[in-house]
Amino acid sequence: MAEQQITSEDIIQEENLVFDRTSLLTDNVFHYCPGCGHGVVHRVLMEIIEELDVQDKAIGIAPVGCSVLAYNYMDIDMQEAAHGRAPALATGIKRTMPDKYVFTYQGDGDLAAIGTAETIHACNRGENIAIIFINNGIYGMTGGQMAPTTLEKMKSSTTPYGRNIQQMGNPLKITELVAQLPGTCYVTRQVVHTPAGVRKTKRAIRNAFKYQQEERGLSFIEVVSNCNSGWKMSPNQANKWLEENMLPYYPTGDLKKPEDK
Amino acid sequence: MGELKLMKGNEAIAEAAIREGADGYFGYPITPQSEVIEYFAAQQPEERTGMVLLQAESEIAAINMIYGAAGAGKKVMTSSSSPGISLKQEGLTYIAGAELPCLILNVVRGGPGLGTIQPSQSDYFQAVKGGGHGDYHLIVLAPSSVQEMYDFVETGFDLAFKYRNPTMILSDGAIGQMMEKVEIGEQKPRMTEQEIREKYPWATTGKTKDRERNVITSLELDSSKMEKFNRKLIDKYREIEEKEVRYEEIQVEDAEYLLIAYGTTSRICEKVVQLAREEGIKLGLLRPITLFPFPKKRLDELSGQVKGMLSVEMSAGQMVEDVRLAVNGKVQVEYYGRMGGIIPSAEEIVDALKQKFIGG
Amino acid sequence: MAKVTGRIVVDTERCKGCAVCVPSCPFDVIALADEVNSKGFHYAYMKNPEACTGCTNCALVCPDAVIKVFRKKVTA
Repeated sequence: MAEQQITSEDIIQEENLVFDRTSLLTDNVFHYCPGCGHGVVHRVLMEIIEELDVQDKAIGIAPVGCSVLAYNYMDIDMQEAAHGRAPALATGIKRTMPDKYVFTYQGDGDLAAIGTAETIHACNRGENIAIIFINNGIYGMTGGQMAPTTLEKMKSSTTPYGRNIQQMGNPLKITELVAQLPGTCYVTRQVVHTPAGVRKTKRAIRNAFKYQQEERGLSFIEVVSNCNSGWKMSPNQANKWLEENMLPYYPTGDLKKPEDK
Repeated sequence: MGELKLMKGNEAIAEAAIREGADGYFGYPITPQSEVIEYFAAQQPEERTGMVLLQAESEIAAINMIYGAAGAGKKVMTSSSSPGISLKQEGLTYIAGAELPCLILNVVRGGPGLGTIQPSQSDYFQAVKGGGHGDYHLIVLAPSSVQEMYDFVETGFDLAFKYRNPTMILSDGAIGQMMEKVEIGEQKPRMTEQEIREKYPWATTGKTKDRERNVITSLELDSSKMEKFNRKLIDKYREIEEKEVRYEEIQVEDAEYLLIAYGTTSRICEKVVQLAREEGIKLGLLRPITLFPFPKKRLDELSGQVKGMLSVEMSAGQMVEDVRLAVNGKVQVEYYGRMGGIIPSAEEIVDALKQKFIGG
Repeated sequence: MAKVTGRIVVDTERCKGCAVCVPSCPFDVIALADEVNSKGFHYAYMKNPEACTGCTNCALVCPDAVIKVFRKKVTA
């Protein structure tokens, strides 16, 4: 049979290439820990900008947190915000340049603790921007402290005996919160640790860019992700823990989606 | 001569920004400067020039909206008063660190804390010494009339873009609220995106194939690069100190004593010069127009001419420190001031001058 | 009958050996190498290349975007 004679060299040919690193990722090696979801979201975001051919119209805002250096990897114009202020920067940019695609890329501490006011009000004003929110339930960059989204009883370096709800309050479901606001047009929660999750996240980001182009309001995409270093697990253990613990509290799916135009 | 209008200082600022072709104003109300955003709102700048007007959820958000738009090469401004400026200091240090141009109006009221809504000059330190964390300076202009409130919008933007550095107009509640006649300038066009791309190649206007991506950031994790950047900033501030010092002198030529006062107190001090001269005291006035850069060299020169210098301020004595640094002990330097929202009278300043320098 | 066969090419120097690709593969093609790259990571490799269909699952979940996927239709 013909297929038995086929060699790797026959298959590894330019015309057979079905998946390659997008050219909108720079050649810099991600500084993220092995297995971290940031790299996947970075890649998917750049794939969308490449597919839509809007590199010259895309402006990204990097947060403070592990992805503070996101601009080292995304080959588009970017600005680095003060901690939590990314939606305010995005507002200033989008209002003065309404024809651009403007997005923020923020972690849970940045978006749901110190930047809560900027997040809520940008959503409430219905800024025509996209907010990409990475929720791993912990402060990764500063060494694994409690985040607003840290689960009950979950250990962190500032809750070494587990998060005590009486003392620390409940994990904040900010995505459910912003879904209540009329200014948001599209609110969804996704994952990137499985192939199906990555496909759906990519579709969500594509939707967000489409709605921005249609001036529908603010698109809010939460990605529930891992922090294997902060959680003190191997990457695959962390992804399993995510499915068993994070997803019951932060279930995936669309919370709000507009009718197609 | 251009059109004359009777305006509040706070209104003159807003009208000047529209006519200067500014791209955006982002602000948050606070007494005594809420007329700035109210005047903008009434004028509908979106209709007049396409200028963006937005009332933010806080001073912090407003300054960060400025940070974003300034990074895109836009001519943008915000305004506030002292407690609000304290909140904006975070954004200002990022803007200074990212080397972006923008204009900030501070209509100063008394503090600390919530303090008073009456005029004060007690934000001198937070204006000229940096204000937020890290080694940086704002360029600081001190208007003493409603006309200068108007004129310094153009000057402030020019300096901000020339040096890629935030400029603050340091006013106070008296100048913000008072009405005077103002000569209004012509309407200038706003810059097009193409003009911004050509003139400000660093701006985040969207990466085209013919250039590298633009990144606006104040972050540098490599210590040697960070120190190099710190030195670059210091060099910039030294250049500003060399080239951009502005001040006004009143009857300084033959002066034996010198008042130093800016803004509202400089207006009172003009009267003080007149009253003192009527009593035979040869008094002059140096009015710093730029507080950073401070007219250090000129004060140093005058330290060889006068017998004493009196810094008159509506604060507990802030500018007097810079006067003393400028003359470096060569002449006696004293302070007189009022606080709590009180504007000193010319007579009490004459008395203070006599008491401190002449005796009796 | 048409059948697809695939191969992956891992940029072994950039691979951090996180192994997230390993369980993502429906055909158990990938494993971590005994050898390490110059950063000391046991990089991913095809231990069972003939089973690869070029489905791209591994590349989709790869956090470092170091996997290229090739796919070819083979007619029997």
